[in-house]
Amino acid sequence: MAVKLRIPTPLRSLAGGASELDIEGGTVSEVLTTLERDHPGFRERLYDERGEIRRFVNIYVAGEDIRFLKGLDTPLKEGEEVSIVPAVAGG
Amino acid sequence: MTITLPATPAPGRAARADQGAAGQRLLGLRCRECGRDFPIAPIHVCDFCFGPLEVRYDYDVLARTVSRESIQQGPLSIWRYADLLPLADPAIADTGWRVGFTPLQPAPRLGQALGLRDLWIKNDSVNPTFSFKDRVVAVASAKAREFGFDTFACASTGNLASAVAAAGIRVGLKTFVFLPWDTEQSKILNALVYGATLVSVQGTYDDVNRLCSEIADRHNWAFCNINVRPYYSEGSKTLAFETAEQLGWEAPDHVVVPIASGSLLTKIVKGFDELGKVGLIEPKQVRVSGAQAAGCNPVAHAFEQGWDAVKPVQRPDTVAKSLAIGNPADGYYVLRLVRERGGAVRDASNAEIAEGMRLLAATEGVFAETAGGVTVAVLKRLVREGVVRPDERVVAYITGNGLKTLDAVAPVLNPAPVVEPTLKAFDDFLRRNGAGA
Repeated sequence: MAVKLRIPTPLRSLAGGASELDIEGGTVSEVLTTLERDHPGFRERLYDERGEIRRFVNIYVAGEDIRFLKGLDTPLKEGEEVSIVPAVAGG
Repeated sequence: MTITLPATPAPGRAARADQGAAGQRLLGLRCRECGRDFPIAPIHVCDFCFGPLEVRYDYDVLARTVSRESIQQGPLSIWRYADLLPLADPAIADTGWRVGFTPLQPAPRLGQALGLRDLWIKNDSVNPTFSFKDRVVAVASAKAREFGFDTFACASTGNLASAVAAAGIRVGLKTFVFLPWDTEQSKILNALVYGATLVSVQGTYDDVNRLCSEIADRHNWAFCNINVRPYYSEGSKTLAFETAEQLGWEAPDHVVVPIASGSLLTKIVKGFDELGKVGLIEPKQVRVSGAQAAGCNPVAHAFEQGWDAVKPVQRPDTVAKSLAIGNPADGYYVLRLVRERGGAVRDASNAEIAEGMRLLAATEGVFAETAGGVTVAVLKRLVREGVVRPDERVVAYITGNGLKTLDAVAPVLNPAPVVEPTLKAFDDFLRRNGAGA
């Protein structure tokens, strides 16, 4: 199953300049594993030393922050849009 | 041969050194998450891990060059603490506008009502644009000019827009302020009057902020809470500096601070910590508690749940619009700090907020906006829960003026009756209502 993964500007160089990739995976975690396999370098930018998604990285599935869903275990549908978005928190 | 070394000045007694040494005090920016170093530049996000960048100072240089005396010789404004602020040349930052150095007043009547023996109110409702934002904006606008920007801007829940509009126009910068379209009319007018361009955005504050990030990317403007945020946020330390100086160069036991983004709370604590580091006060682990509105309480909720991550609130719904930031940038840091220091983060309902505004005005004569009502209401709860102890020296930070949020306090005030213009009518009124409050 493939989803459309949107890559934020600061990370596009890791994806050969692509702003969007079709990536295989049934959950967010699986998609990110595939991403690292195909484009090494993403893992250290997205995950901290404890293996958790970095505090200031947001991941959205169909516009919903995965924190409101099932986190990295959030299941995905075919063709769903998954976005990596550096946190733009307010104040 | 005898070598005589110059005596090392003891902290608090050294005379001010020349500007050269003071200029070396800014070391750069550092990522709060991964520790990467960056130069002093208009950037706010680590390009490796997307964490926030923070200004780094050389505290050894500051310990040698800053003294109580040098501060006391400074102006009656935030600029007396210029060495502890991130301007390369503090001397040109002060435009002569009196920002900060606001009253720190004892609050015995409010204290008695809440069960506190040593309560103080830091009253920032009296700044040039009637909120503490004048402090952070004074620093941001000075830094924007240092960087050579010609346009100054912000995303705001209201108070920041007034401060930016006034300061930006005053120093000749083109100025744009962006607010959610449902911001209180008084705050909109209080920003429009200075002549800046005001953009009312159809969305929440978080939508406004996201839009401004895109605008900041496209245009080369100095946005307070985006590309100059590391410098802007440092201005809040002056609330701690003043508190300590006004208490006779000592820190209080417990501070209570309203939370929107969380920046104010973290920087107030940083301010007290820095004073200890440079030898201006005895180092002290000041306790800190935070106050949120129940209708937008992501940090309070995370605190209560024992989480160390903050889940953003999608649709804030509170009378305290100044605190209606659903996705607070410093939420995580607030949680960590408050827990470390043994405080708590609590929230207050709309009714409690209005009552807090009324109580503060009726006991101490300070008319605060809704954020002040939040702070008083939460302080009341913290005392009841035993988080704030009756014998502690407590400072509550009142961040904005009540005239900005008049509608919010109206529900808890009895309408003034109308009397006919006769002595008899007034005598009847007195008989019914008693002689005064």
